[in-house]
Amino acid sequence: MNKVCPNIEDAIADIEDGMSVMIGGFGGAGAPIELIHALVDRYRRTGSPGNLTVINNNAGNGAIGIAAMIDAGMVATMVCSFPRSSDPRAFTEKYLAGGIGLELVPQGTLAERIRAAGAGIPAFYTPTSYGTLVAEGKPVAEFEGRMYVQERWLKADVALIKAELADRKGNLTYRKAARNFSPLMAMAAKLTVVQASRIVEPGGIDPEQVITPGIFVNRIVEVADPKQEEALLREGAK
Amino acid sequence: MATKLTNAQIAWRAAQDLPDGAYVNLGIGFPEMIAKFKPEGREVIYHTENGILDFGEAPPAGEEDWDLINAGKKAVTLNPGAAFFHHADSFAMVRGGHLDIAVLGAYEVAENGDIANWSTGPGSVPAVGGAMDLVHGAKQIWVVTDHVTKKGEPKLLKRCHLPLTGVGCVTTVYTSLAVVDIKGGRFVLREKLPSMSLDELQALTEGALAVEGTIGDLIVPEV
Repeated sequence: MNKVCPNIEDAIADIEDGMSVMIGGFGGAGAPIELIHALVDRYRRTGSPGNLTVINNNAGNGAIGIAAMIDAGMVATMVCSFPRSSDPRAFTEKYLAGGIGLELVPQGTLAERIRAAGAGIPAFYTPTSYGTLVAEGKPVAEFEGRMYVQERWLKADVALIKAELADRKGNLTYRKAARNFSPLMAMAAKLTVVQASRIVEPGGIDPEQVITPGIFVNRIVEVADPKQEEALLREGAK
Repeated sequence: MATKLTNAQIAWRAAQDLPDGAYVNLGIGFPEMIAKFKPEGREVIYHTENGILDFGEAPPAGEEDWDLINAGKKAVTLNPGAAFFHHADSFAMVRGGHLDIAVLGAYEVAENGDIANWSTGPGSVPAVGGAMDLVHGAKQIWVVTDHVTKKGEPKLLKRCHLPLTGVGCVTTVYTSLAVVDIKGGRFVLREKLPSMSLDELQALTEGALAVEGTIGDLIVPEV
């Protein structure tokens, strides 16, 4: 078993028009910038993959990462909890012009819908959003005297993940708060593609320290010294 | 005596009610100021939605690690004993009732405990983040806010008009003029600025202010 891809283009092969793509990260922490930009480069070169549904907590910042995908015109719909950032121009302009769809999902519901998909749970009840616009049209039920809203699992065709360490079997660790949605998304996608800062031999990650077990991972590519989205933005990246 | 408290003073007042040993989530912006005014000798552990328990102050400029941020995407540091976890665990802490207190800002709060703090209506980009989860998760929901809007209209209402964040969830409101608990579907006035009469305060509050026992003086140092 060897999930390591020789290069980033091979890692993102098979991502096609109309797919749903989960992208790890919360703001800049955990954003797989190199995977995203390999996909943007391919779209600019070949016109594919377009018409994507992108799932992330946010909707891009500045002009790099998810914002670059939106600017390139690859994204049909964003599924996110907070489509604002220090520079939300890319999403805001397209959204207000009617050029991109938005499914707004409360943050904890977004996380749990993704987790549920990965765990094979088609629906669950949460107190979150009861009595609000977000709950409109969703089944509600009372449990022990309190009202709850039914939410459904959220699956994806692909997950793009940034990890710290990986081995060829797909076991992963993350760096600090860059973990956020990534272990959930890795479970919920049909094809999970990981960029890791370092690939180590099996056994090089203490089994006690594995955060995402390799069963959830399909492809790994090593990206040493990866860019950090927030750091890039602060350096004035365009 | 000032005619109303500054945001920093409202944060100071709320901070005095933080119990020792509490797990607390402070909302982005104004509520974050509360950490600065935590009384000496009380240990409070802060939770941030993106996956840290027990984070500390911002690092000095130039020493930021952008993989170590809070929900407001600001750089933070870790206290000894901090923990990282993924988003589903983070919101299990929230929805599962494990947090003691969540503090939020608000556009409107109603006497039945409803809160509106995420949308000012059509024409803007809607964004909810973790607020809808927090209001139904923590054991106590505190709101810190000016007592009235910038136009001078009441923010403590009989019923909210803006899209709701949550129903029947707010437990205490710390305002620029008063401390108000919400009990049994009504505003119960705990403290008010001593320079203000109850009638004057009621005139700036749409919901009726009930009084149980004596009204305390809201006295806050210059901060």
